[in-house]
Parts: sequence; structure tokens; C-alpha cells
Amino acid sequence: MSFELAAPIVTPQDFNIDYPVKWCPGCGGHAVLSAIKKALPNAGVKKENIVFVSGIGCSSRFPYYINTYGFHSLHGRAPAIASGIKIANPDLSVWIVTGDGDSMAIGGNHFIHILRRNLDVNIILFNNKIYGLTKGQYSPTTPIGSITKTSPDGTIENPFLPGELAMGAQGTFFARVVDTDPKMMTEVFTKAAEHKGTSLVEVYQNCVIFNNKVHEDITGKEVREEHQIYLEHGKPMIFGKKRDKGIIQAGSKLVVVTIGENGIREDDILVHDAHSHDDTRHYMLSRMTLPDYPMAMGVIRKWKTYVYEDMLYDQIKVAKEKTNIKSVNDLLQSGNTFKVEE
Amino acid sequence: MAKTKQIIELDEVVVKFAGDSGDGMQLTGSQFSDTSAYVGNDLSTFPDYPSEIRAPQGTIAGVSGFQVHIGHKEVSTPGDMADVLVAMNPAALKANLKWVKPGATIIIDIDNFDNKYYKKAGYIEDPLHDGSLEGFNVVKAPISNLTRATVSEFGIDKQTADKIRNQFVAGILYWLFDRDLKIGENFIAKKFEKKPDLIKPNIAVLHAGFNYAETVEAMTVKFQVHPASKGKGLFRNINGNQATAWGLLAASERSGRKLFLGSYPITPATEILQELTKMKNLDCITFQAEDEIAGITSAIGAAFAGRLAATSTSGPGLALKGEAIGLAVITELPLVIVNVQRGGPSTGLPTKTEQSDLFQAVYGRNGECPVVVLAASTSANSFNFAYQAAKIALEHMTPVILLTDGYLANGSELWPIPDVNSLPEINPPMVEDNDPDYQPYKRDSEKLARKWAIPGQEGLRHRIGGLEKEDITGLVSHDPANHEVMILNREEKVERVANFIPKLDVFGQKSGDLLVIGWGGTYGALYMAVKELQEEGYSISLAQFNYINPLPKNTKDVFHNYKKLIVCELNLGQFASYLRSKHPQFDYLQYNKVQGLPFFISELKNKFKELLKDI
Repeated sequence: MSFELAAPIVTPQDFNIDYPVKWCPGCGGHAVLSAIKKALPNAGVKKENIVFVSGIGCSSRFPYYINTYGFHSLHGRAPAIASGIKIANPDLSVWIVTGDGDSMAIGGNHFIHILRRNLDVNIILFNNKIYGLTKGQYSPTTPIGSITKTSPDGTIENPFLPGELAMGAQGTFFARVVDTDPKMMTEVFTKAAEHKGTSLVEVYQNCVIFNNKVHEDITGKEVREEHQIYLEHGKPMIFGKKRDKGIIQAGSKLVVVTIGENGIREDDILVHDAHSHDDTRHYMLSRMTLPDYPMAMGVIRKWKTYVYEDMLYDQIKVAKEKTNIKSVNDLLQSGNTFKVEE
Repeated sequence: MAKTKQIIELDEVVVKFAGDSGDGMQLTGSQFSDTSAYVGNDLSTFPDYPSEIRAPQGTIAGVSGFQVHIGHKEVSTPGDMADVLVAMNPAALKANLKWVKPGATIIIDIDNFDNKYYKKAGYIEDPLHDGSLEGFNVVKAPISNLTRATVSEFGIDKQTADKIRNQFVAGILYWLFDRDLKIGENFIAKKFEKKPDLIKPNIAVLHAGFNYAETVEAMTVKFQVHPASKGKGLFRNINGNQATAWGLLAASERSGRKLFLGSYPITPATEILQELTKMKNLDCITFQAEDEIAGITSAIGAAFAGRLAATSTSGPGLALKGEAIGLAVITELPLVIVNVQRGGPSTGLPTKTEQSDLFQAVYGRNGECPVVVLAASTSANSFNFAYQAAKIALEHMTPVILLTDGYLANGSELWPIPDVNSLPEINPPMVEDNDPDYQPYKRDSEKLARKWAIPGQEGLRHRIGGLEKEDITGLVSHDPANHEVMILNREEKVERVANFIPKLDVFGQKSGDLLVIGWGGTYGALYMAVKELQEEGYSISLAQFNYINPLPKNTKDVFHNYKKLIVCELNLGQFASYLRSKHPQFDYLQYNKVQGLPFFISELKNKFKELLKDI
């Protein structure tokens, strides 16, 4: 007779920590933290194998607020730290928490390179379109013309769309969520964890102090159903309070249509294919902006391909099989050596 | 009919090979040094190449050189001045003539000595007839034409043929030094293993060069350098970068922590990355990062995850890594940072050597940010100091900066191969799963090192980061008194490394007139200068530092025993200033040079004699 030990069940409470969360009351971060705790048990890894890595900024205090292994690192450098962790031990589930300043400005280089390499890690990008921790300067995602402490006459810089950067850097997973929808966040974070490759989830997050209601146009109770489209793989791109609006492609453009008007039937509406290699439509979806389009939410792109550390460890395996050099002593005595007999 | 040969026995010989960057002088140089090692000579080599890959042919900017010093006696530098110069064109001659001994043998490729090449080299007069070569034994060999003629039967184009000219030079050298051509043939066979079509032409040219020397009237003297008495055993020729890479591998094996190198290519450190990337069979992972910062931060991540982590760079890269070194200091993770110093500031002299990053290594960070700083002093002992850097990093939970330099990195010497299992043990402070006493910043009483709990271990979840932490618990803390406690803890942890390193040793008498003080890569030249003056009867000794921070505990006791102290270094006096701050009671004289060149034994001896005169 044999007993099988059941795998310990991980619950959201396992990630609670006896340390105060020091984000402002009303900050969008609280909801993200709670959704992550709910998503982690779905990731199928033991709690000791989870690591959170962050850079600098409000969002980057995240690792202190969750009971996992954590590393609060340098401004912009979290992807590089996380790469070292993941490569050193691929069994770990590695999460990067970053903000729009941390990842789009000072850490832009590391951000694009981790996507290009496609390590199996997850990036949660808090996009509140402002520098919060330094108290209200514009960030690389702040809309042009915005008045901030460092742009008293309005910004004169074009903002980055993180989705565009992700596609440009050959990212394999891109999703977008709003901090006002816990269910959406938990669902998408779970999908991000399941994705084998670098997943990027952009969270439209509110900064209650320095950029309050910046996403109100998208998240507001009155407008959210008209201004958001929640994309799901294999399902038609339909949205709206009455579920009567949809997206079609006309020529090289996406167009919003109303079902039942101008002869449009439900069958004419595009079906979302998140899994295609070709990212052309993912790119178009990620670029949709108000007022002409709803903002695309959910998993916009999820393409399965080679993962950096898998290929690396394959090379290590082959190298070990092929070599006669099994120890450093073997190495030191290999090649050109000279024996002196005296 | 073979001519009568005169054989001159020499204790040591310096040969300099010089030509265009594409002439294969580096290869011929290595071939000649390997051959010498094979017959038992002691040796030291130094390649001297421009920072351009292929500067315009025939110009001074394009001259690439390789110097080999072989000896029956002990050899510790590549030599000040050459006994034999090979100059493949007028530019090579012009650039090197000032580094040649009077009466030296100069072998030139006469086929390249014409007006076109004189003009490119900036000669106004024909150097063969303007008297500048008077007193030298000049061998005007038609190297290009004879090479082309030799390989014509193999159906090789002119461009490929010209790449084999270096074997003609090698052939001449084999004759001149009475070497067995068989060794050269084996070298070629191995070198061109993957291009077998080139083996026969190369060997044919090697023989042609040998036969030419055998026949030509201009060459009447052969040199004989007998084997050195280095003791018996297995030796290999190794350069500093390779030794550094292998030292890290040895530390990885002995500590049981797999090696991770995060790095970004930079001259003259790139070879460490290239060397280690071939070592996947020994569980070594290299990560070619997107920049210097990602190089070190990926290594910090790997250290957090439990690997022996290292990053390799040169001066400008170390500047970029400064902030991340601070992170490794405050998170108290083990990390080896190898800085192969080159001429600075800024891009400076990328391919030339200098010792001007000492301040940057010791001080170059924000905040009170102590790190251990070591310096290798020979190409071969870069192995030992890389090993030692890793041992200190792992056992004391601290970043360690290892300073080498372009001279050590590219120079090579004969190295008695050690047994890795006889190296000192390395015991990192690992912690058992579910240890109820574990706290992130709880320290051992001896070293003040914290424990190394790694992600994946059960019952040890914790968080670290760049914000100041509370003593013992590791929680974020902005408490003023706690900050000072932590600053002092980190400072003392590094200071206590002095309890675990060897005492400063002196070469020569333990007291006397003059103590020469050096650090790092100047050892060979300082040692030889001091040794020769000792043999001339002077009271002079040498203290070469490998441990910069902390200094060996007996430093001041050593200094007390000499009438004069002189600090010699390839910068404006950084170590001298550092010593003044640590041990201000002494009067430190200085000898400095910042030309991108190593010290010459002759200049050092002159300076020391001048000082000894006044005592």
C-alpha cells in the first residue's frame, strides 16, 4: 500500500505579509496586488518558487507587499535582474513589477531586450502615465500637451504605447487590463502566468494623488462598456452596453460597426486570433484609441515559440554529452601542454 | 653546401614581430613562443595591437606587434628591448626601431621596401640607406616573393599566399634559434585543422624560410637558448584573461556553485566572456547582455538565485556598473567584478595598459559603499586571484572587484598547471530549508557575513533590495540609528577580510635602504629591476600588493623597516594617495608613468639607483 502526498494547496492568503502596504489610500496598486494574489495559486508552482523583482517607483515597492522571494532592485533594471534569476534557475516563476517611468524611460533598453529574448517571465506594467514617487512629472506615456510639474506649458513629447513597443520588440504575449476590474485582472494574470515566454500585461492604473482619473474615459462606470473591448481568443470582437458593436477590417484599417446597421451581421465581425505568429492585427488592436475606437483589453497577443532558457539548457546538455572535459583539472590539462622532466 | 654556423649561447632573447594588422604576426608570435615552451624555455609574451581592426595597410597606425621573451634564466616580463626584430614593412620598422637593442638582428621583407611603402610609413629618406640602420645586422629577405613562389604549385591566389608570409618568417626564426621544424609542422596542422587545404602550403613556406636562412650569406649566427630550470611538471602557456576565466571556473567547481557570467563585450576584457562561453560542459552559463548595466545586474540576479556570479569589463564599463555594485553591497550578495584596466579617461587607449582605475574600484560609488579590491600581478596568477576573489565573495557575502590590466590580460607566460583539488576550500554560508532561526541580515560573528538563502528553498521566503534594511530582520527601515549600524556592519565586514588574507611578503631583505612598492600588473618589471640591483649589491626590496582593500594587516610593520619608500604605478599616483590615507605616517616617493605602456626594467633601475645614491 502506498501513500501519495498531496501537493500543498496554495491559497491567496499564503501571500499575505505582516508588513504595511504603503501605497496611498485609493491607489490602483491595491487592487492589482489583490488580483495577483488570487492569480498566483493558478500558476501551479509552489510558493517558494515564486520571485517578484521590481525596479524603482511606486509600483516597484510591490515585492515588499507580497510574501514570496522578492528583489526590489535598481531603477529600470528589473528585467536584467530577473533574466539572471530565471537563467540561473528556470524552475522559478519570475514576475517583474514595473511602472511607465521604470520600464519605458530609464529601463527602456532592458525592457525591449527581455521581450526579444523571450525568457519565460511575467511583466506587470503599472501605467499611470505620471511619475508618482517623485511627485508628478510627466512620463514617457503621458499624453502630449499634458500639464505636469515639468511641463507647465504642456508636454511636447509623443507618448509611447507599451503595446507598440512590445510588438516592435517581438514580444510573444501582450495583454491590457484596468485596475477597476478585479475579475479581468485575475483572469489575465493567470493567462500571463500560463504563457511560456515573456508576458507583458499593461495595467491602466490610477494615481489618486498626481494623475487622478487619468483613465476615467476608459474605466468610468458610465462609459466603460462603450470604451473598452475585452478580447478573448476565438471569440468575435463585440462590445458595447447592448453588445451590438463590433470590429471589422476594411482594407488595411480596423473599423467600428454596429450590428444590424448597414447590413452588418454578427458573422461579419472579426474573430480574435491571439495565437497567430503574424502580429499585424495585434499591433492594430493595441493601437486603437478613443474616440474612434474602444481600448482593447484582455490578451491581445499570445504566441507560443522558442524560449531563451530552454534553448540555453539544451545547449548545455549537448555540450556535456559531447565533451571529454568533465572537470576543471581536465580543462587545465587539455590542449597544448609541455611536460618538463628535469 | 651548408655554410659554417657560429652558435652563440644566450641566457635570454627578446624577439619582436611587427607587421600590418593582417600579416599574422600574432600567430607567428604564438607559434614561436609555443615552440620555445616546448623545448623548455621560460617565457613571457605581449601582443601590441592597434585599436583599429585593419588600419590602412603599410601605415604606422596599422602596425601590429607581438613580443616574445624567452630565457634559460627566469623571465618575468616580455623584455624592454628586442634582440631580434622582424619588420614586414617600413612602417613596422619605423614604429619599432626605438625598441631595438644596438647590434640587434633586424629581418625585413625587402619586397615591401620601396618608395610607395616609404611614403605610407612617413619616411622621407630611404631608411636602408640613410644610416639609421647602422650597427644592426640587417637581413633583407625577399619574404613576399619567395612565399608566392613557394605556394604557386598549390594553386593559391596572391591574397591567400600573402597571408602565409608569416610562416616564412617562422622558418627563418626556427633556423636562427635551432628549433626542430617538426614542432612547427605540428603547430600548423593543429591551427588549420578546420582548413586542411592550407596545411601543406603553410608547411612548405615554413621550410622555405628555414632553407633561405640556411643558405643566405647575411645570416651567419645562430642563437641557442637552453631550457630553463622551472622545476618538473606539466606547464602551459596562458594569458591573463584565460587565467581569470579558468580561476572562476575552478572556484565554481570547488564551491559547488555553478558559474554565471553576465557581460558585455569591451576591449581588453572580451576574451573572458568568449572563453567562458565555451564552458557549458562545466555548467558555466554566460549571458551577453544588452549593455554593461545588464551585464552586472543579470549577475546580481544570478547571485540571488544561488550561483557564483561574475561580470567582466574594462574602465568605462566599470563606471556604468557603479550603481549596481552599490546594490550588491547593500543586498550583501556575492559577486566578482573583473576590471581589465586600460588607458583612460573615457574611451582613452582601449588596447593599451594602465593602472588608473584604482580610485574607481575603491571609491567610485554613491554612499558609503565598501567593496573588497584585489589585483592580480602576473598573467598566470590571474587564475589564483580570480579564485581568491570568488572565495572571498562567496564566504564573506560581498562584491569583490578584481583588477587586472591589458598587459596581464593579453600577455602570456609559462604556468605550472595546478591541481584544482589542492586549492583552498570554498564554503559559502548556505542555510538549511525551514531553518527557524533564519533572518536575512543575521550575521556570523567571525566574518559578519549574512546567510545565503536562495529562491526555491522552503521556509526562507524573504525580500531584499536597494532600500536600507533593518539590522537582522531585513525589513525596510529609514531609522537613522539603524542606518548607521548597517553602514558600520558593511564597513567592518570588508575590513575583517584582512583576517583571512595572507600577510604582505617582501622580496629581498626585510629591512634596508629602499622599499619599492607596487601593485598589480607591474610586478614583472619591478621584480626584475629590484632583483638585478640586489645582484649588483644594493639594499633594495620589493613589496607588491595583491590585496588593495583591505590592505594586509602587517603593511605598516613592513614599511617601518626601510629608509625610503617609493610607490611605482602606471597612473599619477593613486595607490600612493591611498596609502597616504591609510598609513599617513610614512613619506611616500612616487614613480609614475601614463603612456599606455608597461614599465621598462631599465627606467626603473635608473630611478632606483638615483634614489639609492642619496641614502
